[in-house]
Amino acid sequence: MKQLLSFVRKEFHHVFRDRKTLLMLFGLPIVQIILFGFALTNEIKNAKIVVADYSKDFSSRRITDKIEASRYFDVEKNLLSHEEIELAFKEGKIKMAVVFPENFGNDLLHLNKAQIQVIADASDINTATTLTNYVSSIVADYQAQLLVNNSVPYRIMPEVRMLYNPQLKGEHTFIPGMMAMIMMLVCVMMTAISIVREKELGTMEILLVSPFKPMMVIASKLVPYLLISLINITSILLLSYFFLHLPVKGSILLLYAEGLLFILCSLSLGLLISTVSQSQQTAMFGSLMATMLPTLLLSGFMFPIENMPLPLQVISNVVPSKWFNIIVKSIMIKGLGFSAIWKETLIIGGMTVFLLALSYRKFKIRLA
Amino acid sequence: MRTLKFLLQKEFLQIFRNKTLLRSILIAPLMQLIILPWAANYEVKNISLAIVDNDHSGYSQKLATKIFSSGYFKPAGAGLSYREAEKLIESDQADIILEIPPGFERNLVREGQQKLFIAANAINGTKALVGSGYLGGIITGFNSEIRLQWITPPRFNPAPVIEITASNWYNPLMNYKVFMVPGILVMLVTMIGSMMCALNIVKEKEIGTIEQINVTPIRKYHFILGKLIPFWVIGMVVFTLGLVIAWLLYGIVPLGNIGLLYAFLAVYLLAVLGIGLLISTYSTTQQQAMSLSFFFIMIFNLMSGLFTPIESMPGWAQVITQFNPLSYFISVMRMVVLKGSEFSDISHSLLVVSVFAVVLNGWAILNYRKTS
Amino acid sequence: MSEPVIKTEKLTKRFGDFIAADALSFDVMPGEIFGFLGANGAGKTTAMRMLCGLSKPTSGEATVAGYDVYRETDLIKKNIGYMSQKFSLYEDLTVVENIRFYAGIYGLTDKAIREKSEALLDQLGMTHEAKKLVSELPLGWKQKLSFSVAVIHQPKVVFLDEPTGGVDPVTRRQFWDLIYDASDKGMTVFVTTHYMDEAEYCNRVSIMVDGRIDALDSPQNLKKQFSVHSMDEVFYQLARGAKRTAD
Repeated sequence: MKQLLSFVRKEFHHVFRDRKTLLMLFGLPIVQIILFGFALTNEIKNAKIVVADYSKDFSSRRITDKIEASRYFDVEKNLLSHEEIELAFKEGKIKMAVVFPENFGNDLLHLNKAQIQVIADASDINTATTLTNYVSSIVADYQAQLLVNNSVPYRIMPEVRMLYNPQLKGEHTFIPGMMAMIMMLVCVMMTAISIVREKELGTMEILLVSPFKPMMVIASKLVPYLLISLINITSILLLSYFFLHLPVKGSILLLYAEGLLFILCSLSLGLLISTVSQSQQTAMFGSLMATMLPTLLLSGFMFPIENMPLPLQVISNVVPSKWFNIIVKSIMIKGLGFSAIWKETLIIGGMTVFLLALSYRKFKIRLA
Repeated sequence: MRTLKFLLQKEFLQIFRNKTLLRSILIAPLMQLIILPWAANYEVKNISLAIVDNDHSGYSQKLATKIFSSGYFKPAGAGLSYREAEKLIESDQADIILEIPPGFERNLVREGQQKLFIAANAINGTKALVGSGYLGGIITGFNSEIRLQWITPPRFNPAPVIEITASNWYNPLMNYKVFMVPGILVMLVTMIGSMMCALNIVKEKEIGTIEQINVTPIRKYHFILGKLIPFWVIGMVVFTLGLVIAWLLYGIVPLGNIGLLYAFLAVYLLAVLGIGLLISTYSTTQQQAMSLSFFFIMIFNLMSGLFTPIESMPGWAQVITQFNPLSYFISVMRMVVLKGSEFSDISHSLLVVSVFAVVLNGWAILNYRKTS
Repeated sequence: MSEPVIKTEKLTKRFGDFIAADALSFDVMPGEIFGFLGANGAGKTTAMRMLCGLSKPTSGEATVAGYDVYRETDLIKKNIGYMSQKFSLYEDLTVVENIRFYAGIYGLTDKAIREKSEALLDQLGMTHEAKKLVSELPLGWKQKLSFSVAVIHQPKVVFLDEPTGGVDPVTRRQFWDLIYDASDKGMTVFVTTHYMDEAEYCNRVSIMVDGRIDALDSPQNLKKQFSVHSMDEVFYQLARGAKRTAD
């Protein structure tokens, strides 16, 4: 036990002496929280658009005023020709053009039906969709005002309630994913690199011929990364509480327990990668391919899984982060207890045992 | 010149000998280009809707049929109580609950108005918003249908309707893949270029061969060129590979001039390799280089406009994007590939990226001198 | 044979408060095998790095092959060979590719490179291993190859930083044969080592303690001076007074 402690101490020295790496590892969650929490939203403000009003009637002016008044748009009123609009789009100067055709006012008055042409630059789909929605809702608003005059019978009025997240904050979705990402970085990639580094520099052989069990030598390398991960979870939770006003609704203890399980799972993955790679670069690209990308793409944290084609949905089941994502959401946001997530817990536990057994076998073979 | 020849020969030999690395350089982009556009799909569809029908009337059933025939919704459970529907939401099996109160039909006829209750799981805000929006639209449609049935048409003066005809230029079908692929390609070239360049140099530091190089008459700029050129070539190859995949798999053919794209890429790669070089001068171990490049590339990626539009960022964040080479190339890619923009349209970005290339490489070279 | 090939005068290197090399003054004559001894952390490597143009001295004067270590590092680099304790060949290149690379960057012509590599492989008895990766070679062979590559351009001086660390005595002996061979061809050899038996092979030996040179003479004279029988004992007597410990 004392020997193990001295090994662990040596690893701590290694890890904590490298200030730059440490700064990055601790800084990443902080920067991510700030970016995700404050910079990366889908709400667009002050988008440059052109309103071309060929009709110049009462309604078109009113709608234009409404568009101008909204904080979403930065309106340039200009009677541009079709070609000029096209040029402006090509240069990337405008994101959208709202065109009132010449007969807009007339049609609305006499036919009770008129058209507004909205042209969006769909080379950026996200912006295009959002902006089109904004204009639609402004126009719908104007219509509703018109409607007030005529009282309409037989009205069905839907009442909408937003569960769990009434202010529709986006932060909810990324906190679990971010935790998973950081674990992948710290527990898988950094762990794998640090083990393979000893292999590459030949110091591993020296450790392995020492009278301690090889597995113990390896285990002691994992401890600092486990600690770093726990610190990271804590800093993410604190930041999300104080900056994003996002408390943990369920049991914090349960969250930490599940976090610990996931850390162990990631560490075993890192271990496995380290036993099969010969160079640090292989270990790095291996962990990038095997963990980072799946976590980013297939864990449901950035992109909804149900939108993916079936093969990807099937593959997503072997990505541990997917299950962790569900667990964290259930505890943090929905406030559910263990009974709601025992299945996911079991899956991650099973994966951990499997990965550990596999890397233990690989390790034995390498030593033999 | 002769020195450079030998340096390049050595680098290429090493790169081509490292099969695992080579495979990841080539396969990683392939995989990403194949998977990411499918995965990175924010379109809202297949919304699971749990209907709690407490009325069991002809109208409530008609409404349900109309909703599910719209194609946006799929039913989650049948004959549910509100409590059961709530459970479905908790376990993520349902996204939205529509509750039809008892006496829905009767009240609508007698009192002329009736409420419906919609509860959406707002953890995924977009889905909740868009989903309840769709649902609202369908209900409004249903509403006017029954209104027309009950009121004799001629007497009723319909409300004025303003229609919006939306045309989406450059990507008329709003194809998500067309939108994502060019951006992803930029992300890949950036990651491969900067990380590999940084790691490669730091590896020589860690193993000690750089010491040997330093006592030879090789000049710093020879050494740096010897490192930059191979990865510049690799960047070009990966990009070309990506364009071919984009064409074969997604039918994306750049509308604009391909030569223009490559010209921009050539300068852009210099900037990216400059980042790698700079990271290498600040690191002594590969682990350090990796965590440094991971940190910055993560920020660059998030702040590039690839996943969320730059226009939607707050002012301070938009300022950051102006110092992010990625955001320039992504916007140029989208402009040239999807809109067919010309040289004059992208000249400003080209200029900025050239400045990046000069500053980053200059900084790296200065710093490289100091550390040795 | 009159001008010294390495000449230092009060050569000093400080890192902050720490004086790694303290006013080193010595001459090394052409063709000499000059042993540079000292415990870990005594300042050997620092001194050697200054002479190779890898780090700038804080004060003092030094010339290597007639060139100044402050201003003419580029010319120094053309005229020296260097082999460090860390392994300096590329493990992922083959034997012949390593030879070609180093010969190439020292500006040898293609014809010279071909001839040299053949002669070198022949001399080392490694003709069959030419196409093998360096990583597959045993350590002793790597080191012999490393040395041969370091002198491929026939430099005036070759610096060897603990060249025989970790190899068996037989290989060490073979390694020294290579060193004698180079010295016979007129090359000056500047070598740091831990092994005191190796010190006996040198023409002259300097012993560094705490950044200073405490003794400098031929092994015979040193043993006489300290009235002991082996270099081991000389070293022990001097190193006992050291204040710095290895880190």
